[in-house]
Amino acid sequence: MTAVPDIEFRAVTKRYGTVTAVSGIDFAVPPSAFVALLGPSGCGKTTCLRMIGGFEQPSEGQVLIRGRDMAGTPPYRRPVNMVFQQYALFPHLDVEENISYGLRQARPRLTSREIASRVGGALETVQLAGYGRRKIHELSGGQQQRVALARALVNKPAVLLLDEPLAALDKKLRTDMQIELQNLQREIGITFVLVTHDQEEALSMSDFVCVMNGGRVVQLGQPSEIYDEPADLFVAAFVGKTNLLSGKVAGLSGDRVDVALADGTVIAARKRVPLGRDEAVSVSLRPESLSLSATGEGRLKGIVRNRIFLGSTAEYAIEVQGIGSLLAKADHVIGQGNLFKPGEPVAIGFAAGAPLAFPRPKNNGTNQREDQHVEILS
Amino acid sequence: MSETGHNPDPDNSTGGEIPAGPEPAFSMRGNLLHRNLLTALLLAPATMWLVVFLVLPFVAIAIFSVGERAPEGGYQAALTFAQYANLPARATAFWNTMVLAPAGALACLLVAYPVAYYLALRAPQRWRLILLALIVIPFWTSLLMRTYAWMYILGGRGIPALLAYVGIEDLRLINTPGAVLLGIVYGYLPLMILPIYVSLERLDRRLLEASADLGATPLSTFIGVTLRLSLPGVMTGFSLVMILLLGEYLIPTLLGGGKVFFIGNALVDLFLQSRNWPFGSAIAITLVLVSVVVLIVANRISTRLSGARRVDLI
Repeated sequence: MTAVPDIEFRAVTKRYGTVTAVSGIDFAVPPSAFVALLGPSGCGKTTCLRMIGGFEQPSEGQVLIRGRDMAGTPPYRRPVNMVFQQYALFPHLDVEENISYGLRQARPRLTSREIASRVGGALETVQLAGYGRRKIHELSGGQQQRVALARALVNKPAVLLLDEPLAALDKKLRTDMQIELQNLQREIGITFVLVTHDQEEALSMSDFVCVMNGGRVVQLGQPSEIYDEPADLFVAAFVGKTNLLSGKVAGLSGDRVDVALADGTVIAARKRVPLGRDEAVSVSLRPESLSLSATGEGRLKGIVRNRIFLGSTAEYAIEVQGIGSLLAKADHVIGQGNLFKPGEPVAIGFAAGAPLAFPRPKNNGTNQREDQHVEILS
Repeated sequence: MSETGHNPDPDNSTGGEIPAGPEPAFSMRGNLLHRNLLTALLLAPATMWLVVFLVLPFVAIAIFSVGERAPEGGYQAALTFAQYANLPARATAFWNTMVLAPAGALACLLVAYPVAYYLALRAPQRWRLILLALIVIPFWTSLLMRTYAWMYILGGRGIPALLAYVGIEDLRLINTPGAVLLGIVYGYLPLMILPIYVSLERLDRRLLEASADLGATPLSTFIGVTLRLSLPGVMTGFSLVMILLLGEYLIPTLLGGGKVFFIGNALVDLFLQSRNWPFGSAIAITLVLVSVVVLIVANRISTRLSGARRVDLI
């Protein structure tokens, strides 16, 4: 991170009247990275993107693009381009005219040959060669998405901003576009900033994930870091699926704590923040870190309530007396016949490093998902 | 125009607000009567109305226009194009109409666009309805009354009297083309504002952001996106006002004092005073043809400028 960051937020706060959308955000995005701003709706991620684009001005703090403070710089003078939600393509222009729109604004003017060749290149990049003369309303959603991408990239921006670009596409197309966007980012080598509320999308596409909640950055890190070492309870619950078991700190030793669960079972958990004795905590246990066995010595015992067979994996909802329902995910290997049936008793084990203990927020009604121990895939 | 009735375009920007012209009713009559009795019954009153009060008079006027004036006035059967050949005799009225109608519509447009723009894109949401109401409310008073009011405002005891106080003497406002233009702008402004407002109000704001994002200055964005996408509204307002102005009678009479003579005034004169019905009819037919041409041309321009989507003006 010695190079000048492409995007840097310095103590940025944005208020709308009395409502604070973003408060005191600091972060820097290294050059040529694919960054996702991830969070639930209303967390301030779109406001951040719009402040980079210049559509909103920070109430306090600075937004820097390649080391330059952007205060007072209008959107049309910023070296960034945006792919808008629902694309915002110009309905009165055809594909080529849409893509060349930015090039035609350039001063000093570009020659029409230069414009034509760059538009042609952009069309090829997004695999729409031959579609130049089509009208926007003649295109499918996926094609419109590509035009929006080409329209932004053709201007060779320092940073490409993507505002929930895949939200309007169906699942299959979305997966294809995720891969394409990733490849595109590597090819072009500029920074992509993606805003999304879809944690899977954020994890799968980006080099860095910036998790936001309530107008603040909760955690900034690589996808595996975010998933494996969530900074707090919110991140643990929002990113990926997890089981949250409530309990009390029963003993402290180094970076470990012993947590007494509701049914009295004591398990060892890692902690990321200091915890006191008897403090109320939630222990996060990822479904895939649970191992099930019919007989073996599990730390917890339960009864299978539901089984969702997904081919390569199977998910189980397991009722544990005194604790509640847990979600477990097990790999399914052909020939091993390791599927449990609803009603069967199972023993639940997990690796020593798997449980993570977090302090429970004092007030209820925050972003707790304690009532959702089990989320079942549809 | 004839397909308008069959194929209402959901994206048609403002056409929906304006009552359909007579043409759709004609073409609908034949096939729908057979297809759907209920539809036919529902359409019958309007159709009858149009036939009795529009088609028949139009046919009568067309027949009159190739006839001759009876010796003591009125119509005498004949088949001659002498009336049409005589049109240049009323060249002044045609000229005034052909200059002042587009000029009036243009003046209306120049005043209306900023108002519509402010209402649609700048005015605070809660003020919008109130401001729109303020624009429409004058319509509740008859145009005749309001134009009379202008007669007094522009007349000797109005603005000129006030100006005389500050030393500007002998300024004549009433009975000039300027007064007629002013009256036109005043009278027809809402008809211009509303369609433009509708098209601007529907404008997707994100397109403006996209334009700025792509490096367009506010002026380029206005010309390349805002103005361009509101053109259907502009063309609707323009042709609406222009067509009404082609038949305008009241404002030139009251504010032009008979000196600024429109075709409408010529028609009143020919039918009621000199009782030359055939010549009046020939002028009326010519006026209708000119209106249709204006509509078609406006429609073409609008369609081309707003992209592939077909735009119906009326």
